[in-house]
Amino acid sequence: MYQIDPERNRLVVDKLKGQFNEAIEKHEVLADMLCISVKKEVIRHCLQYLRDDKDLQFNFLTTLCGMHYPETNQLGVVYHLHSFVNNHRIRVKTATQISDPTFPSATTLWPSANWMERETYDFFGIQFGDHPNLQRILNVDDMTDFPLRKDFPLEDQTREDKDDSMFGR
Amino acid sequence: MSEKLNPIIAPTVAETPEGISGQGFFATSIEKAVGLARKNSLWPLPFATSCCGIEFMATMASHYDLARFGSERLSFSPRQSDLLMVMGTVAKKMGPVLREIYIQMAEPKWVIAVGACAASGGIFDTYSVLQGIDRVIPVDVYVPGCPPRPEQIINGILKIQDLVGNESLRRRNSKEYEDLMKKYNIE
Repeated sequence: MYQIDPERNRLVVDKLKGQFNEAIEKHEVLADMLCISVKKEVIRHCLQYLRDDKDLQFNFLTTLCGMHYPETNQLGVVYHLHSFVNNHRIRVKTATQISDPTFPSATTLWPSANWMERETYDFFGIQFGDHPNLQRILNVDDMTDFPLRKDFPLEDQTREDKDDSMFGR
Repeated sequence: MSEKLNPIIAPTVAETPEGISGQGFFATSIEKAVGLARKNSLWPLPFATSCCGIEFMATMASHYDLARFGSERLSFSPRQSDLLMVMGTVAKKMGPVLREIYIQMAEPKWVIAVGACAASGGIFDTYSVLQGIDRVIPVDVYVPGCPPRPEQIINGILKIQDLVGNESLRRRNSKEYEDLMKKYNIE
């Protein structure tokens, strides 16, 4: 069973800070898991370091997905990493302005990132620069919107039969 | 005072159409004879994508037994079937697939949309779900419900049988039918 390990958490934070310094913006334990915010510029190196460092060995990318913060006009990506060797899990977050929604691809580090990044592109419109095949994966190909952004309307806009007065609006 | 609901009872012998009968013969129009044959031997193609499909399984099974209405034989090939039964939520990505299946069916063909989702998108008023299959293919009968009970599905089939039995033999060659197909970009 997975248990929170404060010492391991501290080790990860110390090593990252030693390596990347002020590029590590924030770290906190959220929902029993260490969550580290990293500047976009170093995210590729940071992930590579987490994977390759002898003490850390985060060899498995559990999942990856997008985030949208409309109040700060930011788009983000969150990586869930798992070290099989140390039975340790962490989250790594990074963010960018919505006007420049580009991130480096993690496919060179973990091939499993391929479809997850396609999904993130599909729903949030985040561009992963050196992704080998960045196209929609779940939605119809001719879709032009990114439906999981917060400014996307919840209800289908093509429906004409919905009378607002019948729905209390 | 409880009023008893009429159970749906299938006729043991198909109703005789209008015509002239005498000793040893019966004469009617070819249209009525063809209609009689078609309506009592529909081969449905089930396109079941969610819970309405489960209700349809109950409809086909022994308790409700759709076979009583002449739809004994399900066809799982669109090329052999007369009636496309769309039961359940159809995602937008599934839309072209459904259209292709409809095109592959041979004339004459009918379509029944079973359940709120197939008829209008239902509760799934969202970017990924087709808001009613009539955006992709023409529909003859809509069965409301979420999901409809087997009795309702049988009622829908009976309505289809009425349409089939009373359809003019020339309908599929008419201008109206051609226009309808054109509206859906089907040649």
